[in-house]
Amino acid sequence: MKHITIDGQQVPFEDGQTIIEAATAAGVYIPHLCHHPEFTPHGSCKLCTVNVNGRCVSSCTFPAQEGQEIANNTPELNDDRKRLTQMLFVEGNHFCPSCEKSGNCQLQAVGYHLNMLDNHYPHFFALKQVDGSHSEVLLDRNRCIFCALCVRASHAEGKDVFGIVGRGINKHLEVSSESGKLADTELDAADRAAHICPTGAILVRGTAFKVPIGQRIYDHHDIDEVSLGEEHGK
Amino acid sequence: MEAFIKRLNRKYQHQPTSLLMLLREVQETYRHIPRQAIDLLALELDIPKTQITGVIEFYSFLSATPRGRYDIYLSDSITDHMLGKQALADYFCEKLKTPLGTVRADSLVSISNTSCTGLCDQGPAALINGHAIAYLSKGRIDEIVALIEQQVPIIEWPAALLQVDDNIQKSGLLLSRSFEKGSVLKEAWRRGLIETLMEIEKAGLRGRGGAGYTTAWKWKFCYEGPEGYEFCDIGVRRRHERYVICNADEGEPGTFKDRVLLNSYAHELMEGMTLCGLITGAKKGFIYLRGEYLHLYPKLLAVIEERRAAGLLGTNILGEYFVFDIEVRLGLGAYICGEESALIESLEGKMGIPRNRPPFPVTSGYLNQPTVVNNVETFIAAAHIGLRGGEWFAANGTEKSKGSKILSISGDCARPGIYEYPFGTTVRQILSDCGAEDVLGIQVGGPSGTFISNQEFDRKIAFEDLATGGSFIIFNSCRNIFEIVQNFTHFFAHESCGFCTPCRVGTSLLKKQFDKICDGHGSSGDVRELQELAKLVKSTSHCGLGQTAAQPIITTLERYPELYNAKLKQISFEPGFDLDGSLAIARMLTGRDDSNAHLAQVEEE
Repeated sequence: MKHITIDGQQVPFEDGQTIIEAATAAGVYIPHLCHHPEFTPHGSCKLCTVNVNGRCVSSCTFPAQEGQEIANNTPELNDDRKRLTQMLFVEGNHFCPSCEKSGNCQLQAVGYHLNMLDNHYPHFFALKQVDGSHSEVLLDRNRCIFCALCVRASHAEGKDVFGIVGRGINKHLEVSSESGKLADTELDAADRAAHICPTGAILVRGTAFKVPIGQRIYDHHDIDEVSLGEEHGK
Repeated sequence: MEAFIKRLNRKYQHQPTSLLMLLREVQETYRHIPRQAIDLLALELDIPKTQITGVIEFYSFLSATPRGRYDIYLSDSITDHMLGKQALADYFCEKLKTPLGTVRADSLVSISNTSCTGLCDQGPAALINGHAIAYLSKGRIDEIVALIEQQVPIIEWPAALLQVDDNIQKSGLLLSRSFEKGSVLKEAWRRGLIETLMEIEKAGLRGRGGAGYTTAWKWKFCYEGPEGYEFCDIGVRRRHERYVICNADEGEPGTFKDRVLLNSYAHELMEGMTLCGLITGAKKGFIYLRGEYLHLYPKLLAVIEERRAAGLLGTNILGEYFVFDIEVRLGLGAYICGEESALIESLEGKMGIPRNRPPFPVTSGYLNQPTVVNNVETFIAAAHIGLRGGEWFAANGTEKSKGSKILSISGDCARPGIYEYPFGTTVRQILSDCGAEDVLGIQVGGPSGTFISNQEFDRKIAFEDLATGGSFIIFNSCRNIFEIVQNFTHFFAHESCGFCTPCRVGTSLLKKQFDKICDGHGSSGDVRELQELAKLVKSTSHCGLGQTAAQPIITTLERYPELYNAKLKQISFEPGFDLDGSLAIARMLTGRDDSNAHLAQVEEE
C-alpha cells in the first residue's frame, strides 16, 4: 500500500484519493466546511489548506501522491484557518446566540475547534436578502458562506434550484425561478439540498428547536470527533 | 424579443458554450439583459437560469438594468490617473450632466469606471459602446459630448476619434521580421511535425504570459493527452479531440502589447496557432479576445476569412486534408479570465472561476479535452521558430530565458509604446531608450508583478530575475507610492472572482486596511496587521489572482517601510475603526456638522 505522511504519521492511500479522503479514512481530521464526502470537491473555503512539501494546497481537491510530506495540525496552519473562519464571520451576518442553527452549525463548530474568540477583522455589515416565501424552507442569505453544497446537492437531484452568482465580495446565492423566490422553485423540504447547509442559511421550518440549545451536537462534541464519526458511519 | 433570441440562437447554433457571445448581442441591442431574455435563453439552451444570471452579474460589460444608449466606460488604470484622468472624468460627467456610475434620466448616456482598457500608452482612455477612445482631453470630450447630444451613431464619428495607434518604438527578433503567410506551415510540413516540435523545444521557448512554462512540453503533453498516445502515431491524430486556445485576454494593467500584435501581426499569430493544431492534432482553435479590444474583432475576422480563402484555414490546409479552423470569442470585462482555466470556463459560457488543478488544461481543458492555452506572443514566437528553427531563436537572450520579450512601456517616460528586447536586457537600458528620467520606481509585470525601486536598475528582464508578462509602468519621483498601491489594491478587490474565502474576503479586507493607513487612521499595529493579512491571502488563495493580489503591498512594504511608518498616527492605543468616520451617519441624520459632532482620535495628554 502506498503512503503519505501527515504530521509524521504514515497514512495509506489508494490511487485517485484526495489528501482529505486518505486522511479521513485513517482517522486524521482536517478542518473543512465546503467539503462533503458525497459530492464533487469544491475547494473554495480553503479551511482544509495543508502544507505539502512546502506548498499550500487544498487537501479536498489535491490528489494524494507517494512521497508527500504533509503538515496539517500545526499552530501556523490552524492560525491561518482561524483567520479564514473569521473572514467568513465578518463577511456575513452571523449572530450565533439568536440563530436557530446554533449548536448544530459547522461554521460555529469550526470556530470552537480553532479556538476562535473574536471576529478579529472589521465587519462588512452587508445587506443580505432573507427569503421566507417557501412554506417549508427558509433561506437566510446572511448566513451563507458560498460552500455551494446546496448547489451541488440540488444539481445531483436534477433540480438546479440554487446557484452562486456574481463576482467578488458581491457574490450571492440565487434561486432558479422567474420571481427569484424560493417558493416558485421546485425545492421540496425532503430534498437533500434543503438539509445540507453547514450553517443556518437554509433551514427546514418547524424543526429548528426540536432539540433545545445546549443539547445539540457541537454543544457536547468537537467537530473533529463528529466529522470523523460521520464518515465512519457512526 | 422572441424572434430576436431565436435568430441569435440559430446564429450560434444553440450552443450553451456561446452564451457570452449571445449575451453580448442582447446587451448591445437592448442595453441590458431583460428578464425575458434570460427565460428564453435558459429554455432554448437548456441551462439553469442561475447560470445566466451568474454570468450577467460576473462580467462587467453585462448589465441587468438598462445602460445609456451611449454607454461610456472610463479606464481607471494608474496610468490613466497619471495622465490626468480624474479631472477629465469630472469634466466629462459635468458636460454630460451625469454623475459617475449613473445613467442619465433621458437614458441617452451612462458613464462608469472600468479596469485598465489596454491603452496605457495613449491614455486617458475610454470605451464608448465598446469602441476604444484614446488620448482623452477636454477638446476631445467636448467633441464627443456634442456628437452624443446630437445622437450621431458612433460609426459615423470622425475616424480620428476612434483611432488607436500601435506605437511600436523598438523592434527586435520578432517584430522586425517580414512574414509571408503560409510559409511556416509549408516549412513545418516539409521538415516534419515531430522535427518542428523538436525545433521549438531546442529554441527553449517559454510561455510569454508570465508563468514561463516550456511551450514544446505543453504541446507534446496535449498531443499525448490522458491516454498517453505515442507522438508519432498518425492514426491517433484523426480521432483526437484537442483544442488550441490563444489567450488574448490581456487584462494586466499596463499591458497592451497583445493589442498591437493582434492588430498588426495577426497572420503570424494564426499561423502559430495552426502550427500548434498541426502538431497537437487539434482541429479547432479559439482566440479569446478581451471585450476591451472589440475594435480588433472585425480585423481578426477579416484575417480569418483571408486565410480560409488562401487555404491556410479550413478543411484542406495546404491541400493535405489537414483540418483546422479558428473562432474568435469575446470576453466581457473580467480580469480573472486571463487565468487559463477561468478563460476555459468563460469559453464554455460560464462565470470565469478558475478550476481546481490538477488536472491541468493540457490534460483536461475545453470541454474536458486536452487543450493548449498560450499567449499571443508565444504563438507568434512559435511561428517564427517553425520557419527559422530553434537555434536562430536560442541565439538570443540568456541561458534560462531564450529569445526576446515584447514590453508595453507606459507611465513617466518620453516615448511610451511597444519595445522588443532580448531577454537579459537591463532596466537601465530600457529606461534610457524610452526616455525616462528622475525615476522613483517601476511596476514590472503589472500589479501582480514587482515594484522595483531606483536602486535596482541593474536587474534584468528574464524569467530568472524580473519575470514579466510585459507590463512596465514607470513612476517618477513626483509620484505618490500610496496612490499607486491603493489603485492596484482596489483593482484586485474589484476583479476577485469571489470563489475562495481568502481572495473574496481577503482582497476587500486588504483594501479596507490599506485605505485606513492611507487615510491617516493607522497605528503601529495596523501595518503588522496589513502584513499578516497580505501573507495569508498570498499563501491560501485558490489561483494566481489571490496569490499576487497583495504583491503591491508586500513589495512596497519591503522597499519603503519608512513611508508606511510615516503614515501612522503616533498614539499608543490601536483603534479598530475610524471613530469620527463612524459618526458620519449620525451627523447626516441630525443634520449637524459642528465641532461637537466630531470626535478626534487623539491621545489624552
